[in-house]
Amino acid sequence: MASLRCFLRSGKVFVVPCDICIINSILLLQVTVRDALNQAMDEELERDERVFLLGEEVAQYDGAYKVSRGLWKKYGDKRIIDTPITEMGFAGIAVGAAMAGLRPICEFMTFNFSMQAIDQVINSAAKTYYMSAGLQSVPIVFRGPNGASAGVAAQHSQCFAAWYGHCPGLKVVSPWSAEDARGLLKSAIRDDNPVVFLENELMYGVPFEMSEEVQSKDFLIPIGKAKIERQGTHITLVSHSRMVSLCLDAAAVLAKEGIECEVINMRTIRPLDAEAIETSIMKTNHLVTVEGGWPQFGIGAEILARIMEGPAFNYLDSPAVRVTGVDIPMPYAKILEDNSVPQIKDIIFSIKKTLNV
Amino acid sequence: MRKMLTIISNVLRGSASRNSSTLRAVLQLLAVQSEYANLTAPHDHDPDPLSRLKDAQPHSPLASPPLTQIPPAEYKDLGHTNSGQALGHLGPHNRPLTDVVSSEAIAQKESYVEPLMTSGSSISEEINVVPPLTERVSEKEKPIFEKIISPVIDVSPSPVLITVKLPNPAASPAQLSPAVANSSSSVTSTDPHCPPPAESLLGLDNSFPEITHSLAGETPFPEPQLAGARVVVSARTYADFTPQASFDIKKCDVHKLEEGPPLQAVLTREEGLQYYRTMQTIRRMELKADQLYKQKIIRGFCHLYDGQEACAVGIEAGINLSDHLITAYRAHGYTLTRGGTVREIMAELTGRRGGIAKGKGGSMHMYTKHFYGGNGIVGAQVPLGAGVALACKYLGKNELCVCLYGDGAANQGQIFETYNMASLWKLPCIFICENNKYGMGTSVERAAASTDYYKRGDFIPGLRVDGMDVLCVREATKLAAEHCRSGKGPILMELQTYRYHGHSMSDPGISYRTRDEIQEVRSKSDPISMLKDRMLSNNMASVEELKEIDVEVRKEIEDAAQFATTDPEPPLDDLCNHIFYNDPPMEVRGTNPWTKLKSIS
Repeated sequence: MASLRCFLRSGKVFVVPCDICIINSILLLQVTVRDALNQAMDEELERDERVFLLGEEVAQYDGAYKVSRGLWKKYGDKRIIDTPITEMGFAGIAVGAAMAGLRPICEFMTFNFSMQAIDQVINSAAKTYYMSAGLQSVPIVFRGPNGASAGVAAQHSQCFAAWYGHCPGLKVVSPWSAEDARGLLKSAIRDDNPVVFLENELMYGVPFEMSEEVQSKDFLIPIGKAKIERQGTHITLVSHSRMVSLCLDAAAVLAKEGIECEVINMRTIRPLDAEAIETSIMKTNHLVTVEGGWPQFGIGAEILARIMEGPAFNYLDSPAVRVTGVDIPMPYAKILEDNSVPQIKDIIFSIKKTLNV
Repeated sequence: MRKMLTIISNVLRGSASRNSSTLRAVLQLLAVQSEYANLTAPHDHDPDPLSRLKDAQPHSPLASPPLTQIPPAEYKDLGHTNSGQALGHLGPHNRPLTDVVSSEAIAQKESYVEPLMTSGSSISEEINVVPPLTERVSEKEKPIFEKIISPVIDVSPSPVLITVKLPNPAASPAQLSPAVANSSSSVTSTDPHCPPPAESLLGLDNSFPEITHSLAGETPFPEPQLAGARVVVSARTYADFTPQASFDIKKCDVHKLEEGPPLQAVLTREEGLQYYRTMQTIRRMELKADQLYKQKIIRGFCHLYDGQEACAVGIEAGINLSDHLITAYRAHGYTLTRGGTVREIMAELTGRRGGIAKGKGGSMHMYTKHFYGGNGIVGAQVPLGAGVALACKYLGKNELCVCLYGDGAANQGQIFETYNMASLWKLPCIFICENNKYGMGTSVERAAASTDYYKRGDFIPGLRVDGMDVLCVREATKLAAEHCRSGKGPILMELQTYRYHGHSMSDPGISYRTRDEIQEVRSKSDPISMLKDRMLSNNMASVEELKEIDVEVRKEIEDAAQFATTDPEPPLDDLCNHIFYNDPPMEVRGTNPWTKLKSIS
């Protein structure tokens, strides 16, 4: 592929523009987040014998959300394990396996069910390396969809980013695009520490362009580094997961009005890349955070507190604000549900208020 | 001579035996004594032992009786001769009587004098002049005592050992009667060599025997002790000991198993000594921890394991170090059997940098190779253990995981979740419920609708094991390990055991159970005493040897405690380390925004 591109660039070959388009579209794949996750797991399973996946319906059902489609057929029962509906039990088993030298990927059907197993995630996985003063590491990945979905109501719509982000000993990542999903999942699997990998069900089917570099088997995104998805000058928008899409859409709308928003995709919740946010604020002087979870003690709250305590405070021209989900359990009816999470208009409204326009 | 006899009588009154052959043996020995009345043994210590005897303040609450005198004629009247043939069968080793040293030779060589003592427990350091057993014996047994002089030997649980050493094998033979014990009784066998010269037997001009400290801890009911009786011994070689013996062990109840472990266990001398040493180390370490906690040198949680030693030692004896083990918070014993040192453990309890987890874990979070703690959340360790077993199966190394929990944890839901998955996937996991009858302060009857913990695995085969008998635990563990390694899946063991301390150091342990119950278990089923009795009664070790081990263990614990109290606390720099493994150094927020602490992997 690469050599063909060089050949074309050299100009020695006369190519009709449409050919270049075809070649471009071959080089830049459209990959959904689901497929990106699937490929990442496939490659990591292949690369390291110790990696295995366990969770409800991950094997013969091809994954509750089809994220693990085809893996069981390829790797078999030993490496793709269907569990009974016993989160506390299988999360504990996964942690124990990690302690004994394997590298499990423990899938929760949604992170709402991880609450049943949260003791194993926090007390058995996150704290062990510290309690043992370095004797016992736990290289495990807990992954699954997090946050609001569509019409699944209160018990299936909670965002756990703040809950897990609170605990030392854990790394918490929240990818947005297919590229994020791929690179971060690979990094998470290769990381020797417990990683909570918060996906989003509504993003699974969304296609993204993936460059060739991203398609390489060793493409890793470092955990703890945010990415600036869109450069801007007037205001910084900080977000994670699905809300990044909304921020970009809001930015596109505001661009027509002459407001250039800088959109930061956090990628990692813990450790938080405060430096990237601070650098951006020093440029734009305004901050709005956008998240899907509840406001109290949430991601936005943490970011704002850190900015207050850090050097970027002096660069703020107006108080930083948070755009969050409404502080209620998620309702079912569509109109109610739509109004329980931030919409593009809410983001635009908050930006304009912050900028005082 | 008279003095000797009065002391003999005192000795004899100090204990009881219902075994007439034992009685005969001792009397025979004493009869022979009279032949050596003129010999003296080396003067070691006290020049006037008798006065010391009179002044001796017994520590035991059972006060000393007055000394009585028994006319020497009575001994001979009992019809015993000097010949060895009058006695019952010889001991397990039919040793010729010829390699015996004459008393003169002994006197000249200043041979080592070994105390004649029980192996039981006593607080008293001096001669424990206990009241005649007649005071404590039931009415039924009394007539025996009145008829004959109650023999030296105490029946239960600790036997008497009379040992004789050979300083010089080329000795003149003597017609001596070995006081040989019947091996099935609790009386020890003596080495069938020369009986001690009279005075030395009673330590008249020697030092008085030391009486061992209680092995079972501070018990207010010391076992009967012998008054001073020293035996001139000749050097003892290892060939004198029984290399191994077979013991009957309790039958295990089984659930969904065709048969339980064998009813007999073979114990070799080396194994016995090793188990003894380890159990004793655990016992003393826990008692030391108790002491340090009361001195506020250890703080927070401290869950002690004394009483349950046979479980840790027996399990370890049934598996290899390459197998894996995980337990809950009562973990000090397992940390030791899995390879931790007493020093590290105690320093971890006191929170010092020399601790096994550098002071960052504490009592409940100790780890070593293939030992996953030490877990504070009740029941959480069970799925973890099954996960370790999954890794064992996955990696194909023929290892297994022993996964322990208590009777309190046995009702946790995640344990049943684990049973299900372990059974489904045939994980090589031995689930062991250490049933010490109380989950914190709640007795098993009040906590569990079914107290047959070995059946709670339902579809998992189960065994109920006597957890106070190290051999029983070992045999059951071997059976369980065999079951797992053969790919049959998990198995469940319930170890019926007992903890002498309360749930933790903040629990006196008597509000939900009676002191009598604790004492009863201590006196009847103490794991260390049981092993000791077995070994001594089968001549697999000498009292002296075991005492030596006790002394060494005590020293080890003292050193460890010394280290644990003097080692410095971890440096403040270590505060934020060990958050992540294999990560570049990072910054951690301190208590305020200006404090940035360094964290390295």
